[in-house]
Amino acid sequence: MAYVAIADRDHHLHDPDTFITKYIWSQDHKVIAIQYAITAIFVGVVALVLSLLFRLQLGFPDTFNLVDPNQYYQYVTMHGMIMVIYLLTALFLGGFGNYLIPLMCGARDMVFPYMNMLSFWVYLLSVIVLLGSFFVPGGPTGAGWTLYPPQAISEGTPGIGGGIVLMLVSLAIFIVAFTMGGLNYVTTVLQARTRGMTLMRMPLAVWGIFVATILGLLAFPALLVAAVMMTLDRVVGTSFFMPEMLSLGRELDYGGGSPILFQHLFWFFGHPEVYIVALPAFGIVSDVLSVHARKNIFGYRMMVWAIVLIGALSFVVWAHHMYVSGMNPYFGFFFATTTLIIAVPTALKVYNWILTLWRGDIHLRVPMLFAIGFIFTFIHGGLTGLFLGNVTVDLPLSDTYFVVGHFHMVMGVSPVLVVFAAIYHWFPKITGRMFNETLGKVHFWLTLLGTYSIYLPMHYLGILGVPRRYYAYGDTDFIPASAQTLNSGITIAALIVAAVQIVFFVNVIWSLWRGPKADPNPWRATTLEWLTPDTPPKHGNWGPNLPEVHRWPYDYSVPGEKEDFIPQTEPPHAGVAAGRDHGVHH
Amino acid sequence: MASEMTDTGGAAALPQGLSGFARDWTADRQTFHVPWGKAMMWIFLLSDTFIFSLFLTSYMNVRMSTRVPWPNPSEVFALSFGGDPIPLILIAIMTFILITSSGTMALAVNYGYRGDRAKTAALMFVTAAFGATFVGMQAFEWMKLIVDEGVRPWGNPMGAAQFGSTFFMITGFHGFHVSCGVIYLAVIALKVLRGDYEASGNYEVVEIAGLYWHFVDLVWVFIFAFFYLW
Ligand code: HEM
Ligand SMILES: [Cu+2]
Repeated sequence: MAYVAIADRDHHLHDPDTFITKYIWSQDHKVIAIQYAITAIFVGVVALVLSLLFRLQLGFPDTFNLVDPNQYYQYVTMHGMIMVIYLLTALFLGGFGNYLIPLMCGARDMVFPYMNMLSFWVYLLSVIVLLGSFFVPGGPTGAGWTLYPPQAISEGTPGIGGGIVLMLVSLAIFIVAFTMGGLNYVTTVLQARTRGMTLMRMPLAVWGIFVATILGLLAFPALLVAAVMMTLDRVVGTSFFMPEMLSLGRELDYGGGSPILFQHLFWFFGHPEVYIVALPAFGIVSDVLSVHARKNIFGYRMMVWAIVLIGALSFVVWAHHMYVSGMNPYFGFFFATTTLIIAVPTALKVYNWILTLWRGDIHLRVPMLFAIGFIFTFIHGGLTGLFLGNVTVDLPLSDTYFVVGHFHMVMGVSPVLVVFAAIYHWFPKITGRMFNETLGKVHFWLTLLGTYSIYLPMHYLGILGVPRRYYAYGDTDFIPASAQTLNSGITIAALIVAAVQIVFFVNVIWSLWRGPKADPNPWRATTLEWLTPDTPPKHGNWGPNLPEVHRWPYDYSVPGEKEDFIPQTEPPHAGVAAGRDHGVHH
Repeated sequence: MASEMTDTGGAAALPQGLSGFARDWTADRQTFHVPWGKAMMWIFLLSDTFIFSLFLTSYMNVRMSTRVPWPNPSEVFALSFGGDPIPLILIAIMTFILITSSGTMALAVNYGYRGDRAKTAALMFVTAAFGATFVGMQAFEWMKLIVDEGVRPWGNPMGAAQFGSTFFMITGFHGFHVSCGVIYLAVIALKVLRGDYEASGNYEVVEIAGLYWHFVDLVWVFIFAFFYLW
């Protein structure tokens, strides 16, 4: 087997010597991860500020005149698109994927570090193009993050000049960046694990990121195709998505295209995108729960299969976003059924998380708090998803604040809580310092309670029938005056939640300089990233010898052992129940 | 031995059949016994397959949803050499060239593994030349459609506007792939000629480039069928 030797060969790691090659044009997956994370969090803050601006408008329509109706749409659109793609996708895969995959699999780096580096720079370019759309005449697009044609490129929608084109171009650039990174992540997981690291010994965090990346590689093509076609419609004058139509009393040159085709393409990407964000969160939460409950994850094999199954099913549910678009009723029936089926493996994961906590030796440290918070918000968002998945229930709720409440719980708040859990959990390894627990706990409680006070009332507003994407409601018969009071309350909660994030940034920055030096393995965890010879790990991660793995990653509180955890590198010895190891078929 | 799992007995104990298959896939270190670059190329091609499939699906969708009649491909794509126009003649030649180039590519891979640098590089250059010819003929076809027949991305005199839009978009995207492939092959061929892979004796790169090339050819067969024969 000559080819095995390739993986064995010490591949050339260009040891960087200058500041520039070390921190800027770096090929080290850990530096690239941090570059990705900082950029993503930066645009995330932009999106957060946008949400505050339009929330102020909604909450106090007559008091602040910060945004006009056009800007309202532009800010909502940019907010949504940035949060979903440029923050969460980039942070989970480019950030945590880059940092964790090589360390948790026992590799020295990604398989093609140079391409990995390019991935970040191309991502940065996509962010610059996106933010550039704020500065072109007409401003950014206001088509809504779903960019539905024909309105996305027809007169009356803000940003149909440069804005929409820059948005589409930026998305295409992002997809190129993601593909370069994603190919690396998948190949590294498949082909570059260390000795003894079988697939069924990988931590669930790696499983989640791995399957999410595969979803991305298969789902982003739909967005790319849609973006190319819409760009052609807008710039060249083709009619892929544009029907014959009258606009402002004038007949347009377009004709014969299919707006529904765009919706199919968009959601063929859009629904898997939900899981591109959710699966890494699932994986990371599983690991955080297990470490801080000092218990093995309940049903590891089931958890892996659930991730894979959810990933596969996520490609056959997309049209549940299109119940009101005018489809054959049998389509609605089919997609409602698949949507409810996907709830089964999802619920299974939730049960397994709770069973992992059951009778655990729970340490309520900050990462654990965020992970438990995630279980709450995710159950909540999942339950409202069951409502929206049923055609008849969805019809009256579609395009109301119920939907806004639902998707923020399930793909806004929940993944963001996991992002925080992960940052706190791996902070000691990434920086070599401990963060401040008290500030962390303040951050957690105010964020959790604050987000609940933002999004719970939105469900109620939605049931009243308050539509989303409205600049102001004025006087209507069906919206009671109290709804406006509620809207003001939501805005105040949003302002508080945003302010609380300052605590987080203060904590991170202060701890970077002043935090106490961290133990290499402060949580006494079993997985490889905690066993590096240096903290933070150096270029090449492992010193002269790669670690060798002998067991699964969840050997916590094994009866008869001195310590309550056994690192994955510990060779088998008498007394350890061999049956716990799923890596080997006995 | 390197590929052995660390905690089992010798190869004699390896399970066969389905469980052997599962065991292989979940083994430590690597799932597929191929080099990194090859695994990555396969995954990339899978992703690219989705792009082309979605383009073609979108084409079918707009072709079925437009109410204006679709132009007749055997008339639009006919070419006359002085006499009566021969339907699809140009495209038949183009397809033939591309398929031939797959053959020369396969030979190049073969010589690569035998370590015959000169022949490998020569065959790769021939392959790239076929590819360049294909792109050239495609440019000719585009010119003919645009100049002689008045086809534009936004409309044409023969029927549905989407005919031109989808045609230029999809053949353009494929032509872009072929052009990239020509450059890619030329670069690798130069490196082979220069002896860059002599030290390792490893000519997998030729095969990886070949994978890409065969993929681009295969995609063409589908585009051909959907555009010219439907
Ligand atoms: C403090 C944090 C946040 C607040 C206050 C907030 C608020 C809002 C509100 C009120 C809307 C709907 C406006 C309308 O329809 O008129 C909205 C839209 C949206 N938000 Fe957020 N959001 C926050 C964080 C997030 C996060 C973390 C995500 C990540 C998934 C997210 C994703 C979206 C999306 C996709 C839309 C839809 C945009 C559209 O309709 O085109 N948001 N946000
Ligand atoms: Cu969905």
